[in-house]
Amino acid sequence: MTVEQGSAEPGVLLEIKDLKTHFFLHEGVVRAVDGVRLSVLEGKTLCVVGESGCGKSIMARSILRLIEKPGRIVEGELLWSRKKDSGAAGEPSTERSGQVVPRQDTVDLASLEAGSEELRSVRGAEIAMVFQEPMASLSPMYTVGNQISEAIRLHLPLSKEEAWQRGLELLEHVGIPRAARTMESYPFQLSGGMCQRVMIAIALSCRPRLLIADEPTTALDVTTQARIIDLLRDLQAETGMAMMFITHDLGVVAEAADEVVVMYLGTVVEQASVDDLFHDPQHPYTKALLRSIPKMGSGGRQTLATIRGQVPHPQNRPSGCPFHPRCDFAIPGLCDTVEPPLVQLGPRRVSRCVLHDPALLESHGVTQSPVKETA
Amino acid sequence: MTEQPRNVSAHPVSASETEPNLGTESLASTEASGVDPQIYSASQSALVWRAFKKHKLAMVGAVITILFYLTALFAEFLAPFKTDQFNEQYPYAPPQAIHFIDTSSGGVDLGLYVHGYVAEMDPKSLAMQYEVDESVKIPVQLFNRSTEPYRMWGLFEGNLHLIGPVDDSQPMYLLGSDRNGRDLLSRIIYGTRVSMTIGLVGVLVAFVLGLTLGGISGYVGGKVDTVIQRLVEFFMSIPTLPLWLGLAAAVPPDWGPLRRYFAIVSILAMLGWTELARVTRGRFMSFREEEFVTSAVLDGNRAPRVIFKHLLPLFTSHLIASLTLSVPGMILAETALSFLGLGLQPPVVSWGVLLQESQNIRSVATAPWLMLPGVAVVIAVLSLNFVGDGLRDAADPYKQ
Amino acid sequence: MSEGRTSRETDAQPLLRVEDLAMRFPVRRKGLFARRTGWVHAVNGVSIDVKPGEVLGLVGESGCGKTTLGRTIVRSLKPSEGHLYYHQTNGETTDLATLSSAQLRPLQRQIRVIFQDPFSSLNPRMTIRQIVGDPLKASGLASGSELEERVAAMLRRVGLSPGHMSRYPHAFSGGERQRVNIARALIMEPRLVIADEAVSALDVSVRAQVLNLLRDLQDEFDLTYLFISHDMSVVENICDRVAVMYLGKIVEVADTASLYADPQHPYTEALLSAVPKPDPRLRNAGRRIRLSDDFPDPANPPSGCFFHTRCRYSDQDSCVHQRPDLRRVEEGHLAACHYSEKLDLAPAVEPEPEPDSHFRTVSS
Repeated sequence: MTVEQGSAEPGVLLEIKDLKTHFFLHEGVVRAVDGVRLSVLEGKTLCVVGESGCGKSIMARSILRLIEKPGRIVEGELLWSRKKDSGAAGEPSTERSGQVVPRQDTVDLASLEAGSEELRSVRGAEIAMVFQEPMASLSPMYTVGNQISEAIRLHLPLSKEEAWQRGLELLEHVGIPRAARTMESYPFQLSGGMCQRVMIAIALSCRPRLLIADEPTTALDVTTQARIIDLLRDLQAETGMAMMFITHDLGVVAEAADEVVVMYLGTVVEQASVDDLFHDPQHPYTKALLRSIPKMGSGGRQTLATIRGQVPHPQNRPSGCPFHPRCDFAIPGLCDTVEPPLVQLGPRRVSRCVLHDPALLESHGVTQSPVKETA
Repeated sequence: MTEQPRNVSAHPVSASETEPNLGTESLASTEASGVDPQIYSASQSALVWRAFKKHKLAMVGAVITILFYLTALFAEFLAPFKTDQFNEQYPYAPPQAIHFIDTSSGGVDLGLYVHGYVAEMDPKSLAMQYEVDESVKIPVQLFNRSTEPYRMWGLFEGNLHLIGPVDDSQPMYLLGSDRNGRDLLSRIIYGTRVSMTIGLVGVLVAFVLGLTLGGISGYVGGKVDTVIQRLVEFFMSIPTLPLWLGLAAAVPPDWGPLRRYFAIVSILAMLGWTELARVTRGRFMSFREEEFVTSAVLDGNRAPRVIFKHLLPLFTSHLIASLTLSVPGMILAETALSFLGLGLQPPVVSWGVLLQESQNIRSVATAPWLMLPGVAVVIAVLSLNFVGDGLRDAADPYKQ
Repeated sequence: MSEGRTSRETDAQPLLRVEDLAMRFPVRRKGLFARRTGWVHAVNGVSIDVKPGEVLGLVGESGCGKTTLGRTIVRSLKPSEGHLYYHQTNGETTDLATLSSAQLRPLQRQIRVIFQDPFSSLNPRMTIRQIVGDPLKASGLASGSELEERVAAMLRRVGLSPGHMSRYPHAFSGGERQRVNIARALIMEPRLVIADEAVSALDVSVRAQVLNLLRDLQDEFDLTYLFISHDMSVVENICDRVAVMYLGKIVEVADTASLYADPQHPYTEALLSAVPKPDPRLRNAGRRIRLSDDFPDPANPPSGCFFHTRCRYSDQDSCVHQRPDLRRVEEGHLAACHYSEKLDLAPAVEPEPEPDSHFRTVSS
């Protein structure tokens, strides 16, 4: 499902194939991520949107192999395209199960040893991550300057002073006034918005090609949120990095995304460009979600359309399509037994619903005309 | 586990047919998805119990602890002899092994028995030495009736014993005897009663003191809190051993055993309450800020009701774990005091009192079985610790 | 109880009149004696009327004082200054700010709160029956089987099954717990309900359900809501009037439609501009107003107009030296700005661009 690489088309930076991350608990297995396929293009922003329990955060953490017991990646590939001229710690090749394998352009992050040199060279330097709670992501024991310098020196051969200077420049770059003073401050002396800027500065310190932001603005005020989103967009335009932006807020998606992936109960249910998603949604869940949010300017006191029922308990996934108990278009006998296929509706446009598969519908004797696909 | 097929119509019908169509959402989906409904109605105690059951060591500890308490309860029945039954003929007699199959006379006789003793005077030390004489057979039976009756719990008369010699003028010392020829096994069993309960009573007293003062301190705050905390700190800063020894020595020697018992308990409790007070205060202070507490106050609850009905129940798992972990400390404290001669005195029998009587090198060398009460202490304390650990882990909401 | 919208039409007397309310907290310097070095005025002279039967929205960002105002109204906090004139059913008006706890108790039944966090607002050791029934028990209004019946009826009304009342909160999802919160608030048949970020912690789809429920319950029980929220789109959906707060003061009050279409205070304009709209076409449309990050220290607010340090329109004169009053700019529209009439502030959403047929969809 990769895009053809033409000279004007951005290449695929990260491709996730059939990722499954499961948690093995006393009470049973929680299939937090259950077969996710998506790809992130160079220089573009992919927003991953979904409600609680959809697995978006776990998926993001799986990319950087941040999943701890009792969870682990059980299946799937995380294909990361490395910089062609980069060398990780001087190693021209990597060892895998006793065999010396020559350096490749694409590496499967899922197959790397946890804690291996190669994984650590990717983390932070090529793929960086910003988390939800900025106050909790910074250590209260060290100054901001210390933390930035440490992050820089982990990946670049700079001296302490050079790293400090670099950190200072970065803080200015992310719009922190009085950057020198901030370098000397402790995180608890800064506001949430400032802390998040510091996090972004740390994330950018090694010029990553992909920035994963996991609900970076959820804990912030709306005016601060707007500025952080602007900042991220500006930085992206400037550095050409790609972004994977995880959120539950569809307004943020509309503002920030080039492409959108909608997740439900651990799988991707729809992927589309941002315009297509908002103005021509294909999957019943996406449609229902868009109808249920209050839109500003639409006039007050209107009854919102709701999605009946609620997200099922993760250990009790419905059979067949995970969304079918709540779906207005569910076809009895089909949607509750058959796992819906991921149907390609166009280049980089998919929807996981039986309604898009006329052959499948016919074989079950349904003559309903399928939902119109876009060209 | 498929759901009932849905009607794709304008009016979705809820999956649960027993609920009226409210037009709003119900818990129907959770019912249909097959999660064990027992989990939902499970109170905190039930959930804690489930988690506890998985902790093997804790379960073993729990079983042993229960056995100890049953022993304490039915001491009169379980002990072959009463504590004051002595026999000058057999001081420091070694333990007798119990046998079942007798092949000595050629045939096979079945029946419990022990061998008798033959006494010899050692010419050098002029001490009596006992050796087991295999020729003498003393039959023993289960559910034996003794000639001397006991009073169960001071109330019922009875003379049924779990095990004992058929002719109870004969010696049966399964764990040996002490210098007065008293059966050590019986004395250890009776000692269980005192040692295991003194811990309980002491802990309960400490509990009430600690909870009350800590709760008030945490909930009310302000000056009251300051005063109570200084009190707690004062008590905590007193060196415990000298205080115990001092107070115990101050107990008049002419007090009867029962009074002495309660005096010792009070002393133990006096120092044990501070820990609980501290923890309670901390918990209450953090709970005070929770929204459900604000809600309870706004609902019209007065302060005592908020404390007892809304806040305390949050605390019970931790409390029980904490209590269970305090009991061993009390047991050890009593044992130590009595061992030093400052706690309980004979004729009261506790493990510490028993150990006090083994307090000389001669006993250790010639009659090492007199240290067995120490083993009982170790087992009891370990078991209680395992139970307490298990409870604390099970009740901990942050454990993975 | 279900008399429809009668009270909403009555314009007679406000249900609650807040007058010059102030709530301050001491700022203590850490140390052995914890001396007070100053005050934070979380609520700094607020006056507003809550009309019977309306939904009044209270919006603002963190630190603006909206939650503190809510807590002060229900007397969870005792106000430092000011009056809370509550109009009782018997026609009398009493000042809640001056009452003792004993006098307050019967009135507190009539003003109830729905809390924000569905996870920390329910006591995990109490069953749903106990949680919802406790207010009745605590006030001695019902007990035993009568209590159980009332709890069951209330649960049914908020969309929960009465058969589940023996369950504990951990058995329910966030949305269901919030319904329990609502049931608990309404079981006393209050007149005024303060919804303190009641839907903020919920998933998007659940939010819609709960908002619809709140609306239905208002009609059925003839309630008045004070809806505290930081989410401007939710507020627009459910509120009749909206008050905007900043640093403890109200800076604008208006009917919802007027506020969103024609804001009169620069802070309101900035807030509306900052809200991300779920429509990619609006991304670069309209004016984007971005406030600087330097939020003033609440213990040390700016002189003159509190907002002048971040306001793009402030002059260096009256805005810095004179505190603007909350004054009438138009009928039913108040704003605390010296320049409301002169400024042409951007509405929430600029008029829709021409519909582009390419984006229209055929499927429903």
